[in-house]
Amino acid sequence: MSNELNYLLSRAAKGLMSRREFVGRAGALGVSAAMASTLLASVARAEEPKKGGLLRAGMQGGESTNSLDPALAASEVPFAVNMLWGEMLVDVNAKGEIDYRIAEEISSSPDAKEWKFKIRKGVEFHDGKIVTADDVIATLKRHTDEKSQSGALGIVQGITEMTAEGDMVTLKLAAGNADLPFLMADYHLIIQPGGGVGAEAAGIGAGPYKVVTNEPGVRHTFAKHANYFDTTMGHADEVEIIVINDNTARTAALQAGQVHMINRVDPKIIELLKGAPGVSIEHVAGRGHYVFIMHCDKAPFDNNDLRMALKLSVNRQEMVDKILGGYGTIGNDFPINSAYPLFDDSIPQREYDVAAATEAYKKSGHDGSPIVLQVAAGAFPGAIEAAQLFQQSANAAGIPLEIKREPDDGYWSNVWNVAPFCASYWGGRPVQDQMYSTAYLSTADWNDTKFKDPAFDATLIAARAELDPVKRKAMYSDLANTLRDTGGLICPMFNDFVEAKREEVGGWAADPNGELMNGRALAKCWLNA
Amino acid sequence: MHPVVTLVVQRIALGLLLLLAVSALIFFGVEALPGDTAQAMLGQSATPEALANLREKMGLNDPLVGRYFHWLYGFVTGDLGVAMTNGMDIAKSVGQRFGNTIFLAFWAALISVPLAILLGLLAARYNGRWPDRLISGVTLATISLPEFVAGYIVLYFLAVKWQIFPAMSMVFPGMGVFERLSAIILPVIVLVLVVLAHMMRMTRAAILNVMQSAYIETAELKGLGPLTVIWRHAFPNAIAPVVNVVMLNLAYLVVGVVVVEVVFVYPGMGQFLVDHVTKRDLPVVQACGMIFAAVYIGLNILADVVSILANPRLRHPK
Repeated sequence: MSNELNYLLSRAAKGLMSRREFVGRAGALGVSAAMASTLLASVARAEEPKKGGLLRAGMQGGESTNSLDPALAASEVPFAVNMLWGEMLVDVNAKGEIDYRIAEEISSSPDAKEWKFKIRKGVEFHDGKIVTADDVIATLKRHTDEKSQSGALGIVQGITEMTAEGDMVTLKLAAGNADLPFLMADYHLIIQPGGGVGAEAAGIGAGPYKVVTNEPGVRHTFAKHANYFDTTMGHADEVEIIVINDNTARTAALQAGQVHMINRVDPKIIELLKGAPGVSIEHVAGRGHYVFIMHCDKAPFDNNDLRMALKLSVNRQEMVDKILGGYGTIGNDFPINSAYPLFDDSIPQREYDVAAATEAYKKSGHDGSPIVLQVAAGAFPGAIEAAQLFQQSANAAGIPLEIKREPDDGYWSNVWNVAPFCASYWGGRPVQDQMYSTAYLSTADWNDTKFKDPAFDATLIAARAELDPVKRKAMYSDLANTLRDTGGLICPMFNDFVEAKREEVGGWAADPNGELMNGRALAKCWLNA
Repeated sequence: MHPVVTLVVQRIALGLLLLLAVSALIFFGVEALPGDTAQAMLGQSATPEALANLREKMGLNDPLVGRYFHWLYGFVTGDLGVAMTNGMDIAKSVGQRFGNTIFLAFWAALISVPLAILLGLLAARYNGRWPDRLISGVTLATISLPEFVAGYIVLYFLAVKWQIFPAMSMVFPGMGVFERLSAIILPVIVLVLVVLAHMMRMTRAAILNVMQSAYIETAELKGLGPLTVIWRHAFPNAIAPVVNVVMLNLAYLVVGVVVVEVVFVYPGMGQFLVDHVTKRDLPVVQACGMIFAAVYIGLNILADVVSILANPRLRHPK
């Protein structure tokens, strides 16, 4: 078969070309319409999931200190590991909608204060027990417990009462929250037998794969859970996650074919890797963003004109081009982008404007002493370089921005949330409410810009219980504008997830919710022999 | 008692005393690190309640000196406790990692030590002529290359470009010996390149030093061949400095190869220690520190003992 025909077939199989277009262009190569149809059918079959085999991922973001306790998951490898053995009530799919997992039906009272989750029948844990409503309640209780160290504590704190009745779980909230199903998709809230109490890190769940070996920081291996309830996932017999924190080693392992997919491709080598045989780059715009944060309650950042001057003096496009290698989008000084439901795309984009920045700086009456930005290489990939670009563009506007380099070690305890002006990152959340509630509500623990605005808080809380999407969208637009114009957040860019896979991997689909198809790549992909 | 025995016993006793001093240094040094485990573990996502609960649970509020003696007793009795971060048994996880490190170090040493000594002898034999220059030039070039550069070069050619050897040196329990050996070929190559020059140069220098002696001239005048002179008469008297350098390099192969481990994804002690330092997992850091210190001190004692035994003046005192 000619190369052109092969190429056309691969495009058609990936859905990049319609059937009509394929038949037309194949005809131009001298292939009859009947023959073209047969060919197309053969590749369409080839894209059917293949069962069996061993699928391997090489990942950054694992340490020897990782635990299988889902409450403690904080980096990429534990997240991906937990998504293989665990299953939540619901999941958020690539389109930003709710996918039913352990729950098969959700309903709420009109004020969004009472929620009912109907538990799917016959879902089996790896130890053979059947998932019950009591397991769900026990799991949520463990995370709700003030003594727990759960990363989901803030999410489940608003639940005042949980009851199980047959296969129905009823949750009562202190205040209405229309986003509760999205919150239940949080990756910490994996349903464990008996809530995992006493066996938090046992790795027993209802997910598509059972844990076989758990060597934190080295590798995690899994075998198929034979009685998994969802036949559209779990194609490979065995899957493996190998921790490869070094960028070069990870790329080499992929090129040598020792792993089938890797996360976090270094932006600097994307162009080089594109030319490598058998390897393709996959990227998707996510909700994660790289930020510079100012404490709105500390001088000189308590002056909104100064904050505005700094916001205006960032050359966002330059940062996306140079720091993200073009694999990202520019930010607009609020933590939401088009990957979120109910995003208002009519909010004007803030541009780099030297004249306006200079004017705002003069208006602020700042004494001209150095404005110190604290930054560590580990704040986000390319943080030092981004800070240097910021310094250059700010100095051009006459703002005396200076960089103070901090060590990675202890950055999150000694600098972030402590220093008045520093670099940081956010991973994004499934819904707008959760992002704003986590970091911009006056009372939030992680309010890392010390932004306190009672009107903002009131709108945020009102929006939670608002079930009308049009009104809700208007409220979120209001919040975004407030933060954009008065907040302490400088958000120059949203980073894409840039990953790479080998050509024999089938079933890859972009998912903006998280790395490696929201941690499900190993379960959803298969190996074409 | 024979004076050599006294000397050896003294050296070992001194070594143990040194180890005790090191243990105190490690314990209090680690305690003095900024930040605490609870904060480092929970990272950016730490809420004040979770922090307070975790500190309480980990006993971070108990007095320091008491914790030191408790820890030392545990270490001596082989009870290393559990890791603060993931609750795994430290003795078990460290044991596995340490076994991997020793496995890699053993094979690297098995190749590099005889090779270095042989090359050193050859270089001394052909002192100043082309074999000497070639050996010195090549080994000095490989030692001058930073380990990760050597690692990446080897990785690029042998694993990615020609695909002869595996790019990752992942080893795990249940793997056969031959599988393990084929997995570690690339890191062994890099480690041999890194440690070769030091030992080779020292062997060469020590032998050349001895070669100036009168008894070598006697041996030559007896009509012995140059290699026999070096092997039978010069080398035994050059052992002491060579053994010291060999031991230093062996210690390095055990405690200093974190970069090579990272490049080849080898699950050894280095990366394990770094991970736990970052997360402020003090019990694990202290255990690793003590093991490294024990290896270093142990190998140095061994070098001293061998030097003492190799010295005829000490073996046969007047």
